[in-house]
Amino acid sequence: MSSVTDQTLDHDSHDHHHAPKGLMRWLLTTNHKDIGTLYLIFAFTMFLVGGAMAMVIRAELFQPGLQLVEPNFFNQMTTVHGLIMVFGAVMPAFTGLANWMIPMMIGAPDMALPRMNNWSFWILPFAFAILLASLFMEGGGPAFGWTFYAPLSTTYSNDSTALFVFAVHIMGISSIMGAINVIVTIVNLRAPGMTWMKLPLFVWTWLITAFLLIAVMPVLAGVVTMVLTDKYFGTSFFDAAGGGDPVMFQHIFWFFGHPEVYIMILPSFGIVSAIIPAFARKPLFGYASMVYATASIAGLSFIVWAHHMFTTGMPLFGELFFMYCTMLIAVPTGVKVFNWVATMWRGAMTFEVPMLFALAFVILFTIGGFSGLMLAITPVDFQYHDTYFVVAHFHYVLVSGAIFSIYAAAYYWLPKWTGYMFDEFLAKAHFWCSLISVNILFFPMHFLGLAGMPRRIPDYALQFADVNQIVSIGGFAFGLSQLIFLAVIVKAARGGEKAEAKPWEGAEGLEWTVPSPAPYHTFETPPVIK
Amino acid sequence: MDLKKIGLCWLAALVTIPSQAKDMPLNLSQGVTDISGQVYDLHMTIFYICCIIGFIVFGAMFYSIVRHRKSRGVKPANFHESTKVEILWTAIPFMILIGMAIPATKTLIAMENSDDAELTIQVTGSQWKWHYKYFEHDLEFYSVLATPKKQIENKLAKGENYLLEVDRPLVIPTNTKVRFLMTSDDVIHSWWVPEFAVKKDANPGFINEAWTNVPKPGIYRGQCAELCGKDHGFMPVVVIAKEQAEFDAWLAEQVAKQQAREAEEQRLLAMQLSEQELMDLGKRTYDQFCSACHQPNGQGLPGMFPALAGSEMVTQDRQGHIDIVLHGKAGTAMAGYGKQLSLKELAAVVTYERNAWGNNTGELIQAADVQARKNAAD
Amino acid sequence: MSSNQQVAQPNHGKLAGRLVLVVVAMFGFGFALVPLYDVFCEITGLNGKTNDEAVQVVAIEADLQRQVRVQFMTRNAKGVSWPFESQLSTIQVNPGVMTQVEFIVENPTNKAVVAQAIPSVSPGLGAQYLRKLECFCFNQQPLQPGERKVMPMQFYIAPDMPKEIGTLTLAYTLYDITEHDNNSSAEVAMAK
Repeated sequence: MSSVTDQTLDHDSHDHHHAPKGLMRWLLTTNHKDIGTLYLIFAFTMFLVGGAMAMVIRAELFQPGLQLVEPNFFNQMTTVHGLIMVFGAVMPAFTGLANWMIPMMIGAPDMALPRMNNWSFWILPFAFAILLASLFMEGGGPAFGWTFYAPLSTTYSNDSTALFVFAVHIMGISSIMGAINVIVTIVNLRAPGMTWMKLPLFVWTWLITAFLLIAVMPVLAGVVTMVLTDKYFGTSFFDAAGGGDPVMFQHIFWFFGHPEVYIMILPSFGIVSAIIPAFARKPLFGYASMVYATASIAGLSFIVWAHHMFTTGMPLFGELFFMYCTMLIAVPTGVKVFNWVATMWRGAMTFEVPMLFALAFVILFTIGGFSGLMLAITPVDFQYHDTYFVVAHFHYVLVSGAIFSIYAAAYYWLPKWTGYMFDEFLAKAHFWCSLISVNILFFPMHFLGLAGMPRRIPDYALQFADVNQIVSIGGFAFGLSQLIFLAVIVKAARGGEKAEAKPWEGAEGLEWTVPSPAPYHTFETPPVIK
Repeated sequence: MDLKKIGLCWLAALVTIPSQAKDMPLNLSQGVTDISGQVYDLHMTIFYICCIIGFIVFGAMFYSIVRHRKSRGVKPANFHESTKVEILWTAIPFMILIGMAIPATKTLIAMENSDDAELTIQVTGSQWKWHYKYFEHDLEFYSVLATPKKQIENKLAKGENYLLEVDRPLVIPTNTKVRFLMTSDDVIHSWWVPEFAVKKDANPGFINEAWTNVPKPGIYRGQCAELCGKDHGFMPVVVIAKEQAEFDAWLAEQVAKQQAREAEEQRLLAMQLSEQELMDLGKRTYDQFCSACHQPNGQGLPGMFPALAGSEMVTQDRQGHIDIVLHGKAGTAMAGYGKQLSLKELAAVVTYERNAWGNNTGELIQAADVQARKNAAD
Repeated sequence: MSSNQQVAQPNHGKLAGRLVLVVVAMFGFGFALVPLYDVFCEITGLNGKTNDEAVQVVAIEADLQRQVRVQFMTRNAKGVSWPFESQLSTIQVNPGVMTQVEFIVENPTNKAVVAQAIPSVSPGLGAQYLRKLECFCFNQQPLQPGERKVMPMQFYIAPDMPKEIGTLTLAYTLYDITEHDNNSSAEVAMAK
C-alpha cells in the first residue's frame, strides 16, 4: 500500500525535493495524509493479527473437548484478541480516518500539531510489539481477559502483566495525543465561514470522541498503574487483606470502559451520516438533532458504567439507577437510526459499495442496539451476563457496527486517497461475503448465550456443539473474506480507472473539491465557505 | 446486486441453524422458580417490543430501498428536518422505555428481597471448585468437576453431562427459601444456575447474597460465569433439589457420615501404609487435584505454576511441604487441601510428590504426620 | 513540512496545554475515585462495608417490638491456619440494644504474627445500620506464638433500619498481614 502515497508524493514532489525518501520519509513525516495512511495500514495489520487469534479461538471451539490449545493459551488468545481489536484495530483506524479526512473536511492545511501527530503514531507499533512479545514469555502473555479484573490480573497473574501495563500506557498516550491534536485542529483550523453547525458530522462525532478520549484514557492509565503497584509495590487498592476492594477495580475500569465503547462507535455515526446522504442524493435528515444526540450519548456514557457489573452485588437503588440511565441511551441512539432512515426516505438511492456497507451498518448496528437494550434490563441481565449473548451483542456493534463503518469509509474515500477507482466486483464480493459470514458468525451466538454457554471458556457442554460448529464456520469464512479487502486495496493502490475529484454523484463536502488523488498539501490557502 | 439477496442469504443462514441444533434450546430457559419465570416473561416482553420496533424501522428502510432508488427514475426530495417528527420519535421511544422499566423494576425488587430465608448456605469459589457450607449444620464439602480428563482430551467418548457434572452436588430442599452467601478464596468467580435465574459474583474478602425457592425436585446444572483463570471452563455447579423430608434425611445422613469419617480418620491414625499404597493413592490424588496446575510430570507451567520436580521445598522442607498442602499459600493460586482431602490422601499425595519424578527423598509421610501439622494449627 | 510550520499558530499551544491539564486532572481523578468509592460505599452500603472506626455512642431508643437475626461468619484467607471462630453463630437482637459478642483466634505456630480481620455485611444495604462501637477489625491484631485471644465486638442495630431487612450476616475474613506489616509487628515486639 506504500504506493498509495508514493502516488500522491509523485504528484506533488516538485515542492519537496528536500523531503527524505524511503523509510526515513515515513519515520519523520508530519504530513497528515502520510500519518493517516500509516495509521490505516497499521490498523488493518493489527486487524489481521487479532483476527488470526480469533481463528485460533474458533478452531478450538469447533468441537467440544480440548484439541488445539491449552486453556491457558486459550485465555491469552481471548485477552490479546480483545486488546488488539480495541486498541490496535478500531481506534487507530478511526484516528487514521481522522488524520486523512478532518483537515480536508474543514479546509485546514494539516493537523494543528504535526510533530505530535508523528509521535502519536510511531509509539503505537512499540506498544503492540511489547504486547505481542509478552506472549512468548515464560508462562505466556496476559490471560485475564481484556478487562483485566483484579485480583486475577494482580496477585494471580504472571510477570507478563508488567509488559501489559507498559503497553497499555503507551497505547493510552498515543490515543490522548491523537485526541488533543483532533480537538486543537477542529477548534483552531476551521476555514473561514466553517461555523460549528456547518461542520460535517464526521468532524462533529470525532470532536466529541476526542473529548471522551482525553476524559477517560487517563483513568485507564490510572487503573493499570494501580494494578502494577498492587502487583509489584505492595499497595492494596484491590486487595481486601490490605483494606482494598476488588469490586472497586471494576468500577474504575468501567468508568473508562463504557465511554470507551462510545469512542469506538461515535465516529461510525459520523461516517454513516456522510455516506447515506451521498448515495440517497438527499441532505441528511435532522443534522442538528444528530449533533445533540451524539453529545447526549457521550454525556450519558459517564453515568452508566455499572451496568457491566450488575452481578457484583449492588444495592437495589444502584441497580435501578444504572438500569434507567442505560435504557435512556436508547433514545438518542434511536433518533440517529430514525434520521438515517428518514434520509433515505424519498431519496434517489444507488448502491455502490460504501452505501452497501453503510446500510448493513444501520441494520446490524440496530440489532446490536436491541440486544443492548435487553442487556440493560437488570433482572434479565443476570441471565445474559457473561454469556455468549453478551459476546454476540458487542460483536454486532463492534464488527458489523464499527468495522463495517470503517470499511464503508475506506471505500468511500479510497478514490480520493489513491486517485483510482477500486475494483467494484472484488469490493462487492468482499461486502457480500462479509455480510453473510458475519451473521453466520455472530447471530447464533445469541442462541448459545440464551441456552447458557458462558463466555471465555475453551471447552463446553455437548448441547452447545452444533451451534458452535456453525459459528466457527462463519468465523473462518469471515476471516477469509477480509483478505478480499486486502486484494482490493493493493489493486486500487497500483492503478485502475482514474477517479474524478468527486467520484460519487451525490457526495458533499470540501474533500471532494480537491483533485483525486488528494495532493500532498491541500488547502494551504483556506477555502471560503459561504 | 440488490438487497433482496442479503435478505435471502441471511434468512437461509438463520433457518438452517435451528434445524441443526436439535438438542439446544434456542431461547432463554423459563427455569423452575417464580423469579426465573418472571425473568423469562420480561425477556420475552422486551424481545417482542424490539421485534416490533425492528419491523417498523427496517420495514421503512427496505420500502425506501426498493421504492426510492435512482434506477426507478425517482427525483430525490429535499426535506431535511421536521421538528414535529423529531419530537415525536424522541417522545415515543421514551414512553416505550417507561413501559419496559415498570415490570423490570418490579421483578428486580422481588429478586433483591432475600429476607426470611429458612436455610443459609455459604458458597465459596476457589480456583477451580466450589465449596458449600450449610450454616448452622455441621456439614461442608467441596464440589469438583467429575468429568474424567480423558473425556476432555478426547480419548474417551464424552458422557451426557460432559463438563456439567460434579462429584458432590449441592443439595437443597424444595419449597424453601434458600439463601446463598457467596464469597471467594482467591479471584472473582460467579455462581450461576440458569434454571433459578441466580447469578452472583463471589468476591474475595466480601460476601454477596442471592436466594432461590425451588418448587420442583430435580437436578439443576450451571457453571462459573466469571473468568477465573486457566480452568474457568471446568468448574460447574450442580444443585439437586429434594422434598423437605428427603432433604432432612439426606442432611442427617451426610452429617453422620462426615462425623464417622472424622472418627475413622482418628482411629486410623496409628496405621502405617506401605510405600506402594501411599504412592498409588498419592498418584491418583495428585492426578485428580494437583496435576491441573503442577502438571502430571511435576514440571508445572513455567511463569505460572511452579515445578515440584526438583523443588527445594518438596525435596527438603518436609514441614513446609505439608503446611502448604494443608493450608495453601497466600498471594498465590495454591489452595489449601486440608478440608478437601482426607488425612490418608494428604499423606499419600505428599509422599508421592516427595518421591516421584526423580524427587527420590525416600521419605514416607503417614496420616499421623499430617495430623501432627494439622494439630499444630488446630 | 515547512508550510506546516507557517500555518501553525501560537494559540495551538495554549489550547493543547489546557487539554493536557485536563488529561492530568483526569489521571488524578482516576486515583481520586479510590477515596470517593469508599465514601460511596459508606453511603450506599455497596459491598457491605461497615464502619472501620468506632461510632460515637449516642442515646438511642430501643425497638423492643422488632427482632433482627444477626448471623456471624468467620473465614480464613488462603494460607491462614489459625483457628478463628465466633462464639455464637446466630443471635436475635432488638434494634437499638447494645450487644456484645466474642470471637476467638488462636496462633498455634511458633512465630509472632499479625492478623487483620476484614468485615463484610450482607445484605449490603444493612451495612450502614450495623453500628460497631468496638471491633477487633478496627486494628491489626498481633498474635504471639501460642496466643489465644478472645476478641469482643460491640454493636447495635440502628432502629431506622428498613423493615425489609430481617437477617444480617456479618462475615469476617482473617488475613495474615505479617509480611505486609513487618514494621508495625516489629514495633509490637519491641513494646512487649
